[in-house]
Amino acid sequence: MKGRSTYVADVQTATEAPPLAAFLQAYGRMLLIRRFEEEMQGLFLKGEVHGTTHLSSGQEAIPVGVCLALRPDDYAAGTYRGHGHALAKGTDPDALAAEMLGRATGVCGGRSGSMNVVDLEHGLVGCYGIVGGSIAAATGAALSARRQGRVAVAFFGDGATNQAYFHECLNLAAIMALPVVFVCENNWYGEFTPLAKSTAGADIAARARPFGIPAHVVDGNDLWAVHAAAREAVDRARTGGGPTLLECQTYRHFGHSKSDPATYRPSGELERWKEHDPLLVARQRLRELGVSEEDVVAVEEATNARMDRAVEAALAAPYPDPASAPATEFRT
Amino acid sequence: MSTLEFRVAIRDALAEEMERDESVVFFGEDVAAAGGVFRATPGLDERFGEARVFDTPISELALAGAAYGAAVTGLRPVFEIMFGDFMALPMDSLVNQAAKFWYVSNEQGSVPLVVRSAVGGGGRFGAIHSQIHGSWFQGVPGLKIAFPSSPAEAKGLLKGAIRDDNPVVFMEHKRLYSVKGPAPRDGEVIELGRANVARGGSDLTIVSAGKGVRDALAAAQTLAGEGIEAEVVDLRTLRPLDTDTVLESVAKTNRILAVEEGPRTGGWAAGLLGVVAQEGLHDLDDAWIVATDETPVPYSPTLEDAFIPDADMVARAVRERLGTVAGVH
Repeated sequence: MKGRSTYVADVQTATEAPPLAAFLQAYGRMLLIRRFEEEMQGLFLKGEVHGTTHLSSGQEAIPVGVCLALRPDDYAAGTYRGHGHALAKGTDPDALAAEMLGRATGVCGGRSGSMNVVDLEHGLVGCYGIVGGSIAAATGAALSARRQGRVAVAFFGDGATNQAYFHECLNLAAIMALPVVFVCENNWYGEFTPLAKSTAGADIAARARPFGIPAHVVDGNDLWAVHAAAREAVDRARTGGGPTLLECQTYRHFGHSKSDPATYRPSGELERWKEHDPLLVARQRLRELGVSEEDVVAVEEATNARMDRAVEAALAAPYPDPASAPATEFRT
Repeated sequence: MSTLEFRVAIRDALAEEMERDESVVFFGEDVAAAGGVFRATPGLDERFGEARVFDTPISELALAGAAYGAAVTGLRPVFEIMFGDFMALPMDSLVNQAAKFWYVSNEQGSVPLVVRSAVGGGGRFGAIHSQIHGSWFQGVPGLKIAFPSSPAEAKGLLKGAIRDDNPVVFMEHKRLYSVKGPAPRDGEVIELGRANVARGGSDLTIVSAGKGVRDALAAAQTLAGEGIEAEVVDLRTLRPLDTDTVLESVAKTNRILAVEEGPRTGGWAAGLLGVVAQEGLHDLDDAWIVATDETPVPYSPTLEDAFIPDADMVARAVRERLGTVAGVH
């Protein structure tokens, strides 16, 4: 047929494994996300972050490990728990913090807020306030990506696997062998309801297999495990092998949103997961692999300073002025 | 002057735009190998290849989401949701993803997609294959809604929709697919958002869209023989709604009848007359709506024929409202 050879990029190369320094930087990015969420929680309580926020503390290894396997111009779609998705994909922390505060210097000029961040410059096609929306956005981005030699990644939660978006898009992506990686961040609770009570079979990876999509269960709190699985899936997608589902098992340190104290979780569960905190896991691994304590501390200090500057800049930034910021309904 | 069938106008518009711009892709249920259930798109798959024209699963939500994701990353997707009634399924993606992207992203990018559907009654398809979904979407900022009234309008508006950088809901009335009419000038593109005065007149303005314009023109022809000169305004798009053209017409005729195939409550006609009342009350002697009953579309031929506005119903409504009977003004 005319078309296929013209409009599907011919990509054969697999990616090289990143050097240890890249994992050290990735650890810094994970810490940046953790610090970002802590700052947002504090700023929410001070009335600077409005509406609601959904914090991703405890889940940082997943977006960072996946994005470490991506090229800068690959696409990603995130969720309403998306601060980590944006920061992992490369969004400037100043611009993201300012967005949370509704300031004119925000990555979306204060128009998106916490749940709907878009950063096309860094390949973040969007974050979605409706559960499962990211799955379709990435599937669609993969239609473009296959022409461009790129890959698209959908981040979504366990709750999204009960949405039509999940089932329809996995089917479509499999039929068309689209270069998309479906990354489920299984934190075991869809809002307040445990996975086993909402999800028949309670086995997310198994849901990919009838579509002929390979699926892997991954320790989502282990940066190296996430990266290794993502790298294989990304390479497979980029070389025409089609979609992969990664079920990355993790745990959110906070409740679903700002209004949720998470009293539905059994006592001791959070504490057990915190023993396997992705930051602790990564720090320990870096040290085992020979990174010096000084080098780790240097990254930690630089990250803390970076986040402090971002908050300071966001607080000093102006609010958008309704009089001088005319909105247009359409692109003309 | 050469003539053009409505369904061929759709196909020609798609083919010309795909030829012109390789970022245009077209997909949907049975649109490629089968050429569409209304035979509007045969041959496009062979001409442009399976990477650009392809059949999809029956997954309306995934199609809309995929079109959105493709549109924000460089493609210009046109996709078909076979019947307008099925547009309830992809609503989240169209309303919450596509329509809001330009604004919420702070104008980082836009969503140049077109979703085509067959709409409207008269085909004995019953309640859930006969609706016109325009008013479901009319209150959503960021979406455009096009509803062509003739083959030439269909071709020009579809080309305009594909070139538009914003998401467009494109409605094709089923009763128009077999209509033949004058072909447009080669390469004519109708920019979305401008109504068209399809017939001049001085006694009243009849405003409609889609098949309603064809009915209004036929009614105007009949009424002219009775001494009533109706001006017919073809809205072309329900959003943006070109109220300026309607107000200009009303300033001349002082009366407005809006003909809508759909219930009056929450319809485009009610919204339009609200604007006319607000902006043009000083010009207005009368304003009313011919719409359907407030029920689902019925199946039985006798029920459906009584339900769907047609040319006779429009002419009768004008005579009654203007206090005339045939031949007596």
